[in-house]
Amino acid sequence: MHELSVTENILAIAEKHARKAGATRVTDIHIVIGQLSSIVDDSVQFYWDMISEGTLCTGAKLHFSRKPAQMHCRACQHTFTLIRGELIPCPECSSMDLRIVSGEEFFLDSIEIERDQPDQEP
Amino acid sequence: MSPERVTIVEKIMDANDQIAALNRARFDRAGVFAVNLMASPGAGKTTLILETIHRLAPRLRIGVIEGDTAPVTIDADKVTAAGMPAVQINTGGDCHLDGMMMSRGMDQLPLESLDLVIVENVGNLICPAAFNLGTHANVLIASIPEGDDKPYKYPNIYRGLQALIVSKTDLLPYIQFNMDYFLKGVEALNPGLVHFPVAALRGDGMDAWIQWLQEQVAAKKKA
Repeated sequence: MHELSVTENILAIAEKHARKAGATRVTDIHIVIGQLSSIVDDSVQFYWDMISEGTLCTGAKLHFSRKPAQMHCRACQHTFTLIRGELIPCPECSSMDLRIVSGEEFFLDSIEIERDQPDQEP
Repeated sequence: MSPERVTIVEKIMDANDQIAALNRARFDRAGVFAVNLMASPGAGKTTLILETIHRLAPRLRIGVIEGDTAPVTIDADKVTAAGMPAVQINTGGDCHLDGMMMSRGMDQLPLESLDLVIVENVGNLICPAAFNLGTHANVLIASIPEGDDKPYKYPNIYRGLQALIVSKTDLLPYIQFNMDYFLKGVEALNPGLVHFPVAALRGDGMDAWIQWLQEQVAAKKKA
C-alpha cells in the first residue's frame, strides 16, 4: 500500500544520478527487492508510468531483481529459502531456531542512460 | 548517443531515513525518549497509551502524536482529555506515518518540556515497518485475538522492534492462541526481543511495561 512514496523515492534517486552523469534520458532502472520487503512490483510500475511523465526518466523500463529470503537453521545448520516470504520451520528438522540471512534488500542498483557526446559526433 | 550503465546502489528508503535521523537528533537534544507504537487496527493502541499516561502522568510529561488516515480526532481527544498535549496527523489516506509527517508533528509539541513522546502509528502491520520515524524504540502491540501466526505472516514488522507488547491476555481462555508457537516465531525474527504480556484494561502486566518505559526515559535524561 505504500508503493506511491516508494516509487517517488525511486524517481528522485534515478533523476539525481542521471543529472550528475549528464544524461539526456534514462532508459532502464534496475531495482533489487528482497522477498521480505513488502513491495509489489506491479504497483510500483503502475505509479511509475504516472509520475515519471515529463522527467528524464519518462518511458524508462523498470527491472526488478527479486532476492530470495534465506534462513539459517541454528539447530541443524541447514540453509533454506522462504518461498512466499512467510516464516516457516526448518524443512529438515522442523526447528524454529532460525535466523534471517538475507531477503531484506531494497535498493536502486543501477540505471542505464543516454547522453549527448557532441565531441564525437560529426 | 551511447547507452551507458551507471552503478548507484542507493537504498530506496534513504531519503526517509535521513529525515528520521534529524528527528532523532531533535529528540536527543530535548532529552526526550520517543516511542513508535505500531499495531493492527483494534489491537489496543489507544487504550494502552491512555493506561500508560494514567500510570506515568504524575511523574512524567508525555506528548502524543496520533497518526490517522482521516481527520478523525477521537484518539487525540482522549489523550487531550487525559491532560497531555496531543497532535493529530492526518495522513490523507496514507497507510503509515513517515519521517516528514513525524517532523511536522514534532513542530507542534513542546518538546523541551516533555520527557516522553508516544507516537500512535496508523493501524497496519505492513507499511509502518518500512518507514523509520526517528523514534528511539519501535514497539509493536500484538493482540491475542489476532492469532498466534502473525509473526509468520508479517515477519517484516517484527524485525525492527525494541519491545513487543502482547495485549488482551485476559482473552486467552476464550481464543486458540499458542503462546509458545507465537514466541518462537518472534525469536527467529528478532532474537532476544523483550516482550510484555498485558491486559491493559484490567491492569495485568502493566507494571513491567511501565518499568521498562521509565528506565528508557531515565537513560535518555542522563545521556
